[in-house]
Amino acid sequence: MGIIDPSKHEPGAVSATPLSADMPIPPGPDQDAILAAVGDEIANRGFVIAKADKLFNWARSGSLWPMTFGLACCAVEMMHSAASRYDMDRYGMLFRPSPRQSDVMIVAGTLTNKMAPALRRVYDQMPEPRWVLSMGSCANGGGYYHYSYAVVRGCDRIVPVDVYVPGCPPTAEALIYGLLQLQKKIRRTATIARI
Amino acid sequence: MNDFHDRLTKLVGHQCQAIEMKGGELVLHVALADLVSVLKAVRDDTELAVTQLSDLTAVDFPERPERFDVVYQMLSVNNNMRLRIITRADEGDIVPSVIGLFRSADWAEREVWDMFGIYFSGHPDMRRLLTDYGFEGHPLRKDFPLTGYVEVRYSDTERRVVYEPVHLNQEYRDFDFLSPWEGMQLPQVGDDSDTDEEQAGA
Repeated sequence: MGIIDPSKHEPGAVSATPLSADMPIPPGPDQDAILAAVGDEIANRGFVIAKADKLFNWARSGSLWPMTFGLACCAVEMMHSAASRYDMDRYGMLFRPSPRQSDVMIVAGTLTNKMAPALRRVYDQMPEPRWVLSMGSCANGGGYYHYSYAVVRGCDRIVPVDVYVPGCPPTAEALIYGLLQLQKKIRRTATIARI
Repeated sequence: MNDFHDRLTKLVGHQCQAIEMKGGELVLHVALADLVSVLKAVRDDTELAVTQLSDLTAVDFPERPERFDVVYQMLSVNNNMRLRIITRADEGDIVPSVIGLFRSADWAEREVWDMFGIYFSGHPDMRRLLTDYGFEGHPLRKDFPLTGYVEVRYSDTERRVVYEPVHLNQEYRDFDFLSPWEGMQLPQVGDDSDTDEEQAGA
């Protein structure tokens, strides 16, 4: 926001109101007002709802149960992140084998054309609220096998993804970082009204 | 090694097209009609005892009249000797299955059928192994494109995974790291004329 000053870009154009959607707003009182309006939960939604939201988001992000979709080599790094050095259990993350009991699906590995309907089926079986974390470059965009005839070029062609963790494979630390980012996203965006 | 070679020549030499040592490895070239009898003979012989079929694959040479090389990698556990048996097959040729001799040929032949389209007669369960259900084409043939013909995505309207023709957002790029300048002729060994390089470097 505000790196490119739109008024300097086109000297002949008449600048529209600062709140028009297509122009970035430079830092200043206008931007502050917008940010305050967006971030002002209590004024927007009321005290009780904001606090209830905080409680639910604390519960949801504090005990994210992953359903592992360990397809290929990234699955080993996922195991590393759950093992003793980068313990995932201390974040409250407990691997569940069943999609019906999990919150987040970690797509770890190459998604092939043959596996795609199964992935979608597993995703559909997860109850709301659910999130998807795409791990590794194969799940992000086809990765090493992007030009192959039998690979889906990114699991986001099949399921909606919340966090992408890059790497081949991402280190266990990187996966933990991605899961922490997912936690931050949950705290930021989940509301009662959304369910 | 030599004993093995001699015994092999004596046993099946008349049935083979050629027996050669290529790169330190023993290779037998056999015609399609003699394949099963040669394999049976080397398996049943007590001295050779080539009892294990390690691998069964094919190679595609599209410019040849008989385009496929069906390769049988054999192992004799007792003699610690490996043996390669190669037959040639064309696109419509039916290769006799050796599943009666070696059970390990089961899935290997299914894989060759799936990847190359070489049919094996006498196989109890000839269906695809690696490719997608309903996949059309034989991927490891040289005329099958790397990216294939169809790709997959989830369709919200149809609520299932659909197949669509392939559309690549970025085309396949070939990185030639040996020559930073396209068209540069690297000096060959023994080339001592500098003028050739200057002319080719444009």
